Amino acid sequence: MLRVVVRRLLQMVLTLFALSVLMFAWLRNLPGGPAIAMLGERATPERVAALNHVFGYDQPVWVQYGRWLGRMLTGDFGTSTSSKMAVARELSQAFPGTIELSFFALAFAVALGVPLGYIAARYQGRPLDSGVIIGTLVGVSVPVFFLGYLLKAGVAVRLGWLPPSGRQSAALDATHVTNFFVLDGLLTREWDAAADAFMHLLLPALALGTIPLAVIVRITRASVLDVLNEDYVRTAEAKGLRRQTIRTRHVLRNALLPVVTAIGLQIGLLLAGAVLTETVFVFRGVGWLLADGIQERDYARLQAIILLAAVVYVFVNLIVDLSYALIDPRVRVK
Amino acid sequence: MTLGALTERKQDRLDRLAAASAESGGASLLMDALRRLVRSPVAIVGGAIIAAFVLLAAFAPLLAPHDPGVRYDELIDLGTASHIPDHAPGFPLGADNLGRDLLSRLIYGSRQTLFVGVAATLMGLFVGVVLGGIAGALGGWVDAVLMRLTDVMLAIPSLLLAISLAALASRPNQWTVIIAVATIAVPIFARLLRGSMLAQRESDHVLAARALGVREHTIVLRHMLPNAMSPVLVQATLTLAVAILDAAALSFLGLGDQDTHRAEWGLMLGEAQRYLDVRPGLAIYPAVAIVIVALGFTLLGESMREALDPKNRR
Amino acid sequence: MQARRLKAAVAVAAAVTLAVTGCAESKRGGEKSAKSTLVFGAAGAPETFDPTFATDGETFRVARQMYETLLDHKPGTAELSPGLAESWEPNDDGTAWTFKLRENVKFHDGTDFNAEAVCFNYDRWHNLDTEAAQAQAIYYLDVFGGFKSNKGEYGETPYVGCEATDTHTAVIKLKEFQGKFPAAFSLTSLSISSPTAMQKYDADNVVQEGETFAYPDYATKHPTGTGPFKFVKYDEANETATLERFDGYWGGKAKLKKLLFKTIPDENARKQELQAGTIDGYDLPSPADYQTLKDEGFKLEIRDAFNVLYLGINQRGPAKELSDIRVRKAIAHAMNREQLVKTKLPEGASVATQFMPDSVLGYADDVEKYDYDLDKAKALLKEAGAENLKVKFYYPTEVTRPYMPNPKEIFQVLSDDLAKAGIEVEPVAKPWTEYLDAISQTRKHDLHLLGWTGDFNDPINWNGTFFGRGQKGFGTEGMKDMFAAIAKADSIVDQAEKESAWQEVNRRLLSEWLPAVPVSHSPPGIVVKGNIKGLVASPLTAEKFNTVYFS
Repeated sequence: MLRVVVRRLLQMVLTLFALSVLMFAWLRNLPGGPAIAMLGERATPERVAALNHVFGYDQPVWVQYGRWLGRMLTGDFGTSTSSKMAVARELSQAFPGTIELSFFALAFAVALGVPLGYIAARYQGRPLDSGVIIGTLVGVSVPVFFLGYLLKAGVAVRLGWLPPSGRQSAALDATHVTNFFVLDGLLTREWDAAADAFMHLLLPALALGTIPLAVIVRITRASVLDVLNEDYVRTAEAKGLRRQTIRTRHVLRNALLPVVTAIGLQIGLLLAGAVLTETVFVFRGVGWLLADGIQERDYARLQAIILLAAVVYVFVNLIVDLSYALIDPRVRVK
Repeated sequence: MTLGALTERKQDRLDRLAAASAESGGASLLMDALRRLVRSPVAIVGGAIIAAFVLLAAFAPLLAPHDPGVRYDELIDLGTASHIPDHAPGFPLGADNLGRDLLSRLIYGSRQTLFVGVAATLMGLFVGVVLGGIAGALGGWVDAVLMRLTDVMLAIPSLLLAISLAALASRPNQWTVIIAVATIAVPIFARLLRGSMLAQRESDHVLAARALGVREHTIVLRHMLPNAMSPVLVQATLTLAVAILDAAALSFLGLGDQDTHRAEWGLMLGEAQRYLDVRPGLAIYPAVAIVIVALGFTLLGESMREALDPKNRR
Repeated sequence: MQARRLKAAVAVAAAVTLAVTGCAESKRGGEKSAKSTLVFGAAGAPETFDPTFATDGETFRVARQMYETLLDHKPGTAELSPGLAESWEPNDDGTAWTFKLRENVKFHDGTDFNAEAVCFNYDRWHNLDTEAAQAQAIYYLDVFGGFKSNKGEYGETPYVGCEATDTHTAVIKLKEFQGKFPAAFSLTSLSISSPTAMQKYDADNVVQEGETFAYPDYATKHPTGTGPFKFVKYDEANETATLERFDGYWGGKAKLKKLLFKTIPDENARKQELQAGTIDGYDLPSPADYQTLKDEGFKLEIRDAFNVLYLGINQRGPAKELSDIRVRKAIAHAMNREQLVKTKLPEGASVATQFMPDSVLGYADDVEKYDYDLDKAKALLKEAGAENLKVKFYYPTEVTRPYMPNPKEIFQVLSDDLAKAGIEVEPVAKPWTEYLDAISQTRKHDLHLLGWTGDFNDPINWNGTFFGRGQKGFGTEGMKDMFAAIAKADSIVDQAEKESAWQEVNRRLLSEWLPAVPVSHSPPGIVVKGNIKGLVASPLTAEKFNTVYFS
């Protein structure tokens, strides 16, 4: 197992290096750039040249890349041109937001999806089953941003039940320790801050969790159906075990394996969905930073986010593989 | 190098679909599947939606009361910065933000939406089938390299990839959207076709043909490819739904076509963001249209997949 | 093990529930009576809290609450008024400005404001000596053109020195008269900071780090001015700047206890936050929402327009015909600006006849107006042999500016107009920074949309910015007459003479040169809750919140 982990990490470093070179080459060749972003309407060629000189943009590309790599290795990702904050810092604040959001979205999807899928399988072919299946198909056909907009306009603006955007109300003046706002509220015992952050999470989590929910329902259903037809379940039935025991001990437990994989797969999708959801809810997470960074041509930020996404993805992959091996001893890590 | 369980899941799904083509006597299988398909109410609903959508697109010039690209003075003059008329004589749904006829734009929008979806799917299909076909037919290191490539592409969340690609374009237009959306479909089709070819390699009808001395490229073109087509068709239907949704998402993020003379639902939805309070209809009509059409393709595609899945033929 | 996990999960759930029901009291003592705290929705995060190094309106908005300048503006107007200086006087040739300073003014750190503090600030700017600091002092550069020792391709500064002739008299000496004075003394970037705090917190130590700049503690944690509010903190994670009332303020003390600026980058989200009641007001509501906001009982203040939107015409772009003034005039006649203003721009917007609003000195009523006239446009095109004119029309996407609330729509309208006159338009859309790059650094475009919000009330800030020298955007490099006329008008000390010189410049700009077509002036709005009183909308978007209170 250790060898696998080491090999994976090595692969990761290589991949990241290749990716960083590509990113750098691409981003440096875009027109625009931080000097223009900073100067706006007053961007005269002389001013732009002066700023570019300060930034070292008039140096050869490989020199720029070398410097950038050197800084990056020391944990310095540069400064965002749109927020004027250190990118590392910006990410350390936004990333917990995205994790929090994804966590709640996933929690919602799993908590609702597994039981629904199980019920659909139990009542296979009956109206309840068809209803659930059609519901999931509708769920995947609604664009995330449109669903987000409907939720925002309906629940937040019209009904006023939940806050329409952001991560926390400004007027609270909450203390932040970990930048997981809900957790911060609990840690500092600022209960109102935790509650406020939690309320801010509900709608985006609902919007973001819909597609994973649909997927989890379908996979759970399929998986439960597979297991129900397995010999050991028939054997258990034949042995006269109590239904309840069969369900929890044999069916659910075995049926959950593919579901775990599917959940892992959803994490990657959540990151992509987060771009849209966070944009709709102006939720300052990594997805929002990315969308904003694209618009503002914020080189430093884009490089860091793309590298971060790659790292996260590889790690999640690794973790899912390992946990797969833990849950099911039959699966040997190759 | 393996990218782990995550991509394996995606691959599994594709491989299972591909396996359908390996069954000998593909034709009878197809008939069998078709028979099950027409009995499925889900498939019928999906098919009906798609038929309506295609008819709307085909006959848009006959159905639309006005030219979708023209700004009508009678509508322009009714509007101000904070008012957009929602009806006017001769314009049942009123104007869009620039004084064009909303109804006509919705009708014509079906054309453009269908065009973007189909073009992206076909482009992805073509490249994917060529790559997958080459990999499946040649095997060996070509196969290994191509499949590693598709693995990597499958590993990246597709929408993220599309966003990155669309953002590359310095002048976003409908073709950059089509290319971005097509690109994420390529590995799917490549993997699917390759799986299908591999599955057939050892199947009875191919072995029989080989024993009869039929030349290898004839086997590939005459026997293997046609059999692989039904899973590809299923996947194409599903991909169309995703393509329409992803194109809409790109438009929403401002990465879509910048020329609003052309009516396209995703674009109309993106443009309507400023008028959500003033004229929610500007956003809601195209959004609902997108949902219905995407649903249509998903319903049909999923029921086709289910009908073809060997597992459902116990 | 599983049981333990379950218990942990239950505990977390319980804690969350507890939090939701809110039965515990925060130790911050929760200032729940929001009546003394105002939360304002900002469109962007402040870049820094030292306005010397700032360029954007959101940064200035926060700075204006904490700092003051020598000269100010009468509330609600662009007219100069006393600020930290009670009076000001130039010598005869305009090379020395004497400021009589206000007495009994304290900085937030308790030190005294006096003539030495003023000179300390002006000398500080003049002596900025690192490449990074100089490149970032953008407004100072705009006004003074250079530093004591330039670390870049800057010009020669007219600044000679500043002398504190007594405790409350400061004299700023210049090499030559420039028309932008005294108006430029009101620029927020030239705010007076506490010398003690600047020294203590290393104010000049701007460090260039990779692509941008890192600011010293002075600019991030200890900004110290004389304004009605003082800095408390900036919460980066939640993008909120917190200010509180400065009780030692010399003038009308702030009625609010706390003033928060919360960044909400999305226009729609700002509106919804206001509707949901989580913020108390925001700037630049979309004109599309004016009616909705008013209907819902919010108070919408419309400022006087202190901006201009123009259609830039590139005389050295791909379409060579544009170097012919008849073709440029044809374009001006083809544009139905009346209709654009009426149907797509906010209420109170007007058609621009020249490149400055009428509140600026030198505005001329009798410039050539270019009414909408398709026949005339076609005739002019024919006369110039440009019937087959084909233009690349650049416009920005994903951006709103006060003078250009929706570039895409404005583009569509104008390009349709041009098409009606038989001009073939090739649209080129680009994201904002790429757009600016394309239209200011290249010659690929023929037409472009851009505008300007005035920094101070002097014609040099308008005509001078656009046409005072050659610009690639207009391809005006060869128009020496124009540059000379503008330079001459700027050098006149006498107000009446200056005015007529600028009026002449405006007339010639429109009839003789026409490097661009003025399109419109759009009054930017600001919206607050219905129960907020005392907000005076400023054409310079320089609202001060010390007069604001909840009723």
